[in-house]
Amino acid sequence: MTTFLTLLFYFSAAVLLVGVSLKIAAYARTPAPLLIPTTPAPTTTGGVVLRMLREVTLFESLFKANLWTWAASMVFHASLALVLIRHLRYFTEPVWSWVALAQPFGLYAGLSMVLGLAGLWARRIFVERIRYISTPSDHLMLALLLSIAASGLCMKFFSHTDIIGVKSFILGMMRFDLQPLPADGALYLHLLLVASLLLIFPFSKLLHAPGVFFSPSRNQADNPREKRHLAPWAAELEK
Amino acid sequence: MADAITAPPYRIIPIIPALKPGSMAGSIPYIANEKMQEAIGFPGKLADNWQETHDAVIAKMGELLSKYRSLKVYLDACVHCGACSDKCHYFIGTQDPKNMPVARQDLMRSIYRRYFTLPGKLFPKLVGARDLTREVLDEWYSYYNQCSECRRCSVFCPYGIDTAEITMAAKEILDSVGYGQKYSNEIIGKVHKIGNNLGLPGPALENTLEGLEEDVKEDTGIDVRFPLDVKGAEVLLITPSADFFAEPHIDSLIGYAKVFHASGVSWTLSSMASEAGNFGMFIGNYEQLRKIALRVREAALELGVKRIVVGECGHAWRVAYSFWNTLIGVGAGANDPYAIQLQNQLDLRYKQPMHICEFTWDLIQRGGLSFDKEANDKHIITFHDSCNVARASRMGDLPGGQFEIPRNIIKTVANNFVEMRDNTTREKTFCCGGGGGLLTDELLDLRVKGALPRMEALQQVTDSHGVNFMATICAICKAQFTKVLPIYGFDRRVVGGVHQLVSNAIKLGDK
Repeated sequence: MTTFLTLLFYFSAAVLLVGVSLKIAAYARTPAPLLIPTTPAPTTTGGVVLRMLREVTLFESLFKANLWTWAASMVFHASLALVLIRHLRYFTEPVWSWVALAQPFGLYAGLSMVLGLAGLWARRIFVERIRYISTPSDHLMLALLLSIAASGLCMKFFSHTDIIGVKSFILGMMRFDLQPLPADGALYLHLLLVASLLLIFPFSKLLHAPGVFFSPSRNQADNPREKRHLAPWAAELEK
Repeated sequence: MADAITAPPYRIIPIIPALKPGSMAGSIPYIANEKMQEAIGFPGKLADNWQETHDAVIAKMGELLSKYRSLKVYLDACVHCGACSDKCHYFIGTQDPKNMPVARQDLMRSIYRRYFTLPGKLFPKLVGARDLTREVLDEWYSYYNQCSECRRCSVFCPYGIDTAEITMAAKEILDSVGYGQKYSNEIIGKVHKIGNNLGLPGPALENTLEGLEEDVKEDTGIDVRFPLDVKGAEVLLITPSADFFAEPHIDSLIGYAKVFHASGVSWTLSSMASEAGNFGMFIGNYEQLRKIALRVREAALELGVKRIVVGECGHAWRVAYSFWNTLIGVGAGANDPYAIQLQNQLDLRYKQPMHICEFTWDLIQRGGLSFDKEANDKHIITFHDSCNVARASRMGDLPGGQFEIPRNIIKTVANNFVEMRDNTTREKTFCCGGGGGLLTDELLDLRVKGALPRMEALQQVTDSHGVNFMATICAICKAQFTKVLPIYGFDRRVVGGVHQLVSNAIKLGDK
């Protein structure tokens, strides 16, 4: 199991990195021939950076759209961030001091993450419009994230796993010096699910994370009268 | 058939409607005939062999994915969160779930997934991917012609996904395989052949303008000119051709002329560029968009004007403000010979191009105009923000100037101004229901239903404040409301232009 999971993680991490890099490169390479910011929009680059920051940290547009969806996704995403920070303790030796400080928050975040996901799923099941637009993969994605959270919480609250062993396994992977993984069903499940999440990231709607930064309606400055904006293929038409 | 069209009932509480799947599947605008298609460089009709069309659609989609970052990112990024699902006026009015912005996008996203992504190739059912069939293409034709490209959904999307971009891509693909929409493509043909969307030839335009001079003289006793093709004029006015003879559009044209008269700035219209509208945007075709705009560049160079001002037209202002610098070099800050040729001629101390509302407001602020506000006292006025002005352009120096400047003008020329409900104005404004190339009679049922949210908001201020005039700065809004207002029980003259109000109140004598 140690070897299998190690290889799986190497593979899925590679797929994640290469896949997302390729996607980002493709987004960056594709021209945006016309200025299409959704106005009112900032007129300067500094303003655009602020708009984007508000969008990715506060979910500004979603807040305008629907308070319930906003609340559930805010709870989920913020919790996920805290949980990821908490998990950094398995990847750092010695553990960074701010990671150590964040530990208790990360623990509660594990619970609120489940709440947030449950809220999002409830909406998908009970709101007619959202049910209509949901594909099986939308449900599976929530199931996957919920199972990851549940198996993780299970190891904290019900059957403690040997976290010293987990840490040496992960550090071993990072240093290409394999260490045995503690034999524990919940742990196996947790790691398997996380690996599959990494695997599907570049091929799924999880691309919304890098995608938002490339969204022309959000990342363009509103300055068409002051600056001439011309895509290479459009410039060809003038020749 | 038109007699059967009635207004949907107002929602008692404006809650989200229950779904009525398929209720608008029969909304299909007339298809462009071979002549119209070929006149603007598209194949005349669909290939007899489906496989050929199938392959051409996928190839075109691939091409657009490599040319438009918006399309590429937007097809990937959607998480089906539903933020947009209750925001479209056509969904609210029709309750057809395929008019939810996300579902409208998914009509194309499902094909994108199937042919351009790994999971869609391997597990189509799982990710909502499907094969491209003739039925899918027909569905595109129906539902992408039920989107007015108003961008309201893009305001609320956490990733800024703009359904208008998807709709434009779909129309571009449909045109490229010979499946174009008659209304838009016929109009584009007319612009190239005659010079404007309404097919008004030069001599007729000249007559109309002379007639207007006489009317205004009779009305005010003052010689207000409507100059045409005057070389060396300071300002070239580009305005939608509806302003030349449609009601209530023409009253705003008179307003512009009076403002120019009072300002003392010399101005001219152009018979070559007698159209501000640019339906190339509606069909998402960059070449047409550019070709139609080029007439403005040619007219500006030929007449040697120093400034270009644009009349009251929503999508035209989007094209002028956001795209003209890119398309034809009307703007500033260029460093290539093509654009510099024009930018050296233009007086860059002024905004290029400038909206007529910016022009008028600028004069007002400098004390250059005086008004008799009481002349508008019969009106209790509200303002309908037009979607392309509100969400795809700007006026003035600050973001949001497109909301403030027209309102400031109204408040300067009239005493009674009332706002409609909050979430129906400014960037959250509702489309009139007739934008995006849908202003055609066979789509009247859709247009009436799409107007529902705006009519509800108007009814509210009519009941509470006695509003009897809805000012707007878009030729399509004016035409659409003139048609739709009576169906909702309003007088058709409730809609009018901002410069119609200016025209009522402006004092021409004492300047």
